[in-house]
Amino acid sequence: MNLLLLILIPLVTAVGVLLAAKQQAKWIAFGGAAIQLITSFVLLAAFYAQRTAGNTTQFLFEQQYNWFPSLNISFHLGVDGISVAMILLTAFVVIAGVLVSWKVDKMTKEFFFLLILLSLGAYGFFISLDLFILFFFLEIAVIPKYLLIGIWGSGKKQYAANKLALLLMFGSALVLVGMMGTYFGSGAHTFDLPALAKLNMPVEVQKICFPLLFAGFGIFTALFPFHTWVPDGHSAAPTAGSMFLAGISMKLGGYGCLRVAMYLMPEGAKEYANIIIILATIAILYGAFATMMQQDFKYINAYSSVSHCGFVLLGLGMLTKTAITGAVMQMVSHGVMTALFFAIIGMIYERTHTRQVNEMGGLLKVTPFISTALFIVGLCSLGLPGLSGFVAEMTVFVGSWQNADAFHRIATIAACMSIVVTAVYILRAIGKVAMGPLKAGYETITDATWNERLATIILISGILAIGLAPFWLNDLVRPGAEIIMQKMSASH
Amino acid sequence: MNEFFTLMKSELVVTIILFLLLFIKIGKGMSNERLLVFIQVLLLINFIAGFVANEEGSLFGGLYYTGEMIVLQKNILNLGVLLISLLFADWFIKSSHLPEFFILMLSSLLGMFFLLSSGNLLMFYLSLELASIPVAAMANFDLQKRTSSEAAMKMILTSAFSSGILLFGISLVYGATGTISFEALPALLSAAPLQVMAFIFLFAAFAFKLSIVPFHLWTADVYQGSPTATTAFLSVISKGAFAFVFVTVLYKVFQPLHSVWYNLIMLLSIVTMIVGNLFALRQQNIKRFLAFSSIAQVGFILVGISSNTAEGTASVVYFILIYIFSNLAAFGVVGLIASQANRESINDYRGLYQTNKFLSWMIALALFSLAGIPPTAGFFGKLFLIKAGASQANYFYIIIAAVNLVVSLYYYLKIIRAIFMEPNEQPIAAIRVSFSVKLGLVICAAGIILTGLIGWIYDYIQLLG
Repeated sequence: MNLLLLILIPLVTAVGVLLAAKQQAKWIAFGGAAIQLITSFVLLAAFYAQRTAGNTTQFLFEQQYNWFPSLNISFHLGVDGISVAMILLTAFVVIAGVLVSWKVDKMTKEFFFLLILLSLGAYGFFISLDLFILFFFLEIAVIPKYLLIGIWGSGKKQYAANKLALLLMFGSALVLVGMMGTYFGSGAHTFDLPALAKLNMPVEVQKICFPLLFAGFGIFTALFPFHTWVPDGHSAAPTAGSMFLAGISMKLGGYGCLRVAMYLMPEGAKEYANIIIILATIAILYGAFATMMQQDFKYINAYSSVSHCGFVLLGLGMLTKTAITGAVMQMVSHGVMTALFFAIIGMIYERTHTRQVNEMGGLLKVTPFISTALFIVGLCSLGLPGLSGFVAEMTVFVGSWQNADAFHRIATIAACMSIVVTAVYILRAIGKVAMGPLKAGYETITDATWNERLATIILISGILAIGLAPFWLNDLVRPGAEIIMQKMSASH
Repeated sequence: MNEFFTLMKSELVVTIILFLLLFIKIGKGMSNERLLVFIQVLLLINFIAGFVANEEGSLFGGLYYTGEMIVLQKNILNLGVLLISLLFADWFIKSSHLPEFFILMLSSLLGMFFLLSSGNLLMFYLSLELASIPVAAMANFDLQKRTSSEAAMKMILTSAFSSGILLFGISLVYGATGTISFEALPALLSAAPLQVMAFIFLFAAFAFKLSIVPFHLWTADVYQGSPTATTAFLSVISKGAFAFVFVTVLYKVFQPLHSVWYNLIMLLSIVTMIVGNLFALRQQNIKRFLAFSSIAQVGFILVGISSNTAEGTASVVYFILIYIFSNLAAFGVVGLIASQANRESINDYRGLYQTNKFLSWMIALALFSLAGIPPTAGFFGKLFLIKAGASQANYFYIIIAAVNLVVSLYYYLKIIRAIFMEPNEQPIAAIRVSFSVKLGLVICAAGIILTGLIGWIYDYIQLLG
């Protein structure tokens, strides 16, 4: 399996979209996304084949090309189970995002070009094994987000776009400084991740660089108190933009925290773990309570994303194998779930032209398909067993409970409480939208079109695949978490 | 004699072109369109000639020196001048004094060449004057505009003032050490008070030329008042040349004073970045805006210079190469719009994308590169500058530089926002982009994208350093 394909396919697609006629752009984007989805499955199959054949190398399908030899920067690619899971997630969200954008009429070509460019950044990010190219791909994704929100968004779109771009750039700036500290502080003068992981970095360097890297990536995944871009950005973005932001972009941060900060600096992670747990717990509770107060459907899901992504950080901060596995599973699960949620909200908005929950009602009668999907995704969000949210959050809780001291227990219990709040706001919102008498003026609403149905089915199949048979994902992710924990315990 | 021709080839070619232009001026037989093409071809030949038969060596008892790195720097400047001749074709054709403009520009370029090759403070001073004085005349080329004369006046006064300071510094250096040769100086310099004083005067002269805060006050007015072609030359070529020389002089000649200049550079670079950025935030005129953004960029260049390693030199040269593509593309678009639609305010750029897609993408690409957003080359340029600077393990400094990157993104995005997002009932009408301008912009765009992605360009520069 040649990992370069994962970058080349979106690149070719993006160029194709630019060259195509306006009407063809969406088809080319769809074709590219479909090929990419197939490639991701091929990657998954090839990965399993290697593992069952007994290949226990940490990173598979490695490739390394010199890029800036005099600075020791190489184009180093490779995947482990965690990256494969994230790539699958990205492929799912991208194809669904393209499908729900079928009716974009304003600057169509530019829209799909930016969508594909954004996905290119994510794919590149997940397969990089060199800090420099990792950072390169991380930043590639910032400007497409800015333009997608600013041009095709709604509401306070320019304000939101600015806020998002600046906060994310601030995060990148922290990552940049941490990266430079790693390069020089490790004494190895290299950006290569496996090489850096092999040597034990001086503890003082870890103590300086870990918070920089973790906070930098953390901003991408709504680390409290830098979460403020999430609600504004998500709600102002066009549907596909919100899906990409919440489904992919926020996951870049979690992945970076894990792959770069924790993997390279176990001592630093131990030093700051308690702070991470406190911030994550605040984000979980604050996000949940803030959601209770929202009336705008998009804000509801955006704030609940802050809460759900808090579980990712909580799992990472708990420093147990199970909790870290759970954190990655939560990333994947939340990615698919929230993408579907935003997709459904987008579909409803297109038909009712309002996002205020109070103004809707009884939609189940006229749009059974969309409403059913809304139920499924809502139940997934509140953690119903059998769906992906339950599996991931449960794993995080079990992993957290393995820490026996009072501090961790209290944090875990507090985080668990948020599930009740989640149930309240989700059920209330869904109930208002789908049940009850049909509001006047909505009688002529039509149900989902083929492209919307396809997008929904793709994402629901993702949710079910994790919810009903979580073991494949668990097996995929666990070895990656194990290696980090081994490094953690070896560094005593 | 042979040595004279091979070593001074770059200067000789420029001189020949200068004389050709003088004759043409006397002859007056050509229309502006044909003359411009002729000049462009000459500059292309000049650019290509820079790559053949280069040798290393010195002339006139060490007064003049050239080597691979210096040749590369001269080539980069040649490229910039060639691009200017392409990008501002519109304005050149309208101009009633086309040959004079190029005569002045090439004289200044010749001065820069000697400046880069100078091996002694006397030569250094003379070539610096040759490089600066013609630019003041160039600033005055919008003959019907009063601001243009004002810019020229400001330029010449600050130039004269900084020359005075420079001369004073040189005399102190000579008084303290008894020599003005670059080769002999390092062994005689130490951190004695008189020598530090002499160094600071020299430094101030550079600071004027590079518009480092607090010596930046002339920049904005001159940039705004001058014709855009002059502004572009001033902000890109002239700044590039002085940055090249600054690195060489600091690293080679003033190495014994490293502890003095490291702190000085760190301090001034922080102030320069912050002041440049904060003032850029408030600008309404796009040329003035670019002036302040270029001040902030110089602050960044100083981050790289502070590293005091071969990597520092390489990252500065690399950054200037990228800066030439990005800033010239930005000025190219601004100049075209100023020349055809006569609009220079940022508000006028609202809705530009509706009417001028090609120009919008070009200026967007240029601004992204200036802001350091991948995959544009500016990302690599800034990152390598920061990386070179980080080798001193000064986290405080690096964090400030990184935060300034974010601030600068804010104001670059302001223009992007105006172009792509803000509605405008009377956007700038569709602008005819002539072949020459289009070619220039496409070359810049290719440079912006490829210079970063092709790794060996940086490696080549680093090998020379």
